[in-house]
Amino acid sequence: MAYEINGQTIEHDEEGFITDVSQWTKELADYLAEKETINMTPEHWEVVNFLRGYYNEYQIAPAIRVLVKQMKVAFGPEKGNNKYLYELFPYGPAKQACKIAGLPKPTGCI
Amino acid sequence: MAEPVDIPEDDEPGEDVKKFMFVNRRAPYGTIYALEGLEMVLITGAFDQDVSVVFMDDGVFQIVKGQDTKAVNMKNFSPTYRALEGYDIDKLYVERESIEARGLTAEDFVVPVKVLSAAELAGLMAEQHVIISA
Amino acid sequence: MLHTVNKSPFERTALATCLRYAREGDSILLYEDGVYAVRKAQSTTADVAAAAAKFKLFVLGPDLDARGVRPDQVIDGIRIVDYGGFVDLAAENGPVQAWL
Repeated sequence: MAYEINGQTIEHDEEGFITDVSQWTKELADYLAEKETINMTPEHWEVVNFLRGYYNEYQIAPAIRVLVKQMKVAFGPEKGNNKYLYELFPYGPAKQACKIAGLPKPTGCI
Repeated sequence: MAEPVDIPEDDEPGEDVKKFMFVNRRAPYGTIYALEGLEMVLITGAFDQDVSVVFMDDGVFQIVKGQDTKAVNMKNFSPTYRALEGYDIDKLYVERESIEARGLTAEDFVVPVKVLSAAELAGLMAEQHVIISA
Repeated sequence: MLHTVNKSPFERTALATCLRYAREGDSILLYEDGVYAVRKAQSTTADVAAAAAKFKLFVLGPDLDARGVRPDQVIDGIRIVDYGGFVDLAAENGPVQAWL
């Protein structure tokens, strides 16, 4: 299974998560967001970029509880809470945002 | 105003907190045990349990500094142990006998660890609800 | 608590580490390739006999049979149990640590 974007072939798993993190591009993120019917605002990008930074440092996608906690540390309580993240990513922030960010599905994610 | 049902509450209090101990005794890359063990720790941590992680025998090699797996084409998962703190898992122990046998000290690891003797760890082990070995 | 060991003492450190961790009153069950540790007249016999005097040592009979280890070759003080006995040990003791 693969996405075809600008002539580039990007493999993904049966749930749509790309299999090679290094193949991620901003164009891919926009494409995946559209498939998820998400309109990428600066607030969405903030979460996606935060997840990519987290992955770069720890080599995993965070569990939702951990994402919320770390968002609170980085951006304050008005962004570090479940409601805010679910409004941006209604089908589950860890799952949807991670997919758009090109990360693997979070271990034990909801 | 009622919340939509599918949004979990923030910081839900843990109801059935159990003591889980993960015992790591295998080196990181020769077998899949270490990586699978780490995934189990992360899953358990996501559920707000009382988790402790012990490294003994060759398991202490899982967290030594300076791992670089590029040339063997495997994922270096040693940075992931540093994520455990964010999962509120900060009880990381290494067995003194094992690190002494391998010429290591507490400074050789990618995460802060507490060095305990086998006898001290045996005492902690007996207090656990669940012990998971890898 | 109950400790279980399923690796041969000639190949792995599982039994040696287990004996470092076992405390007074603990039970230790040897099964699968772990049963090779219970034989008399081999290099591990003295250590295992000492452990049998200190802790409650058990060995799984079906695994002895499968490997051709006869009951008369088993160090004195080690009790042979069947699968039901294995289950009873797990139920009677507190936490279980599997030395793999």
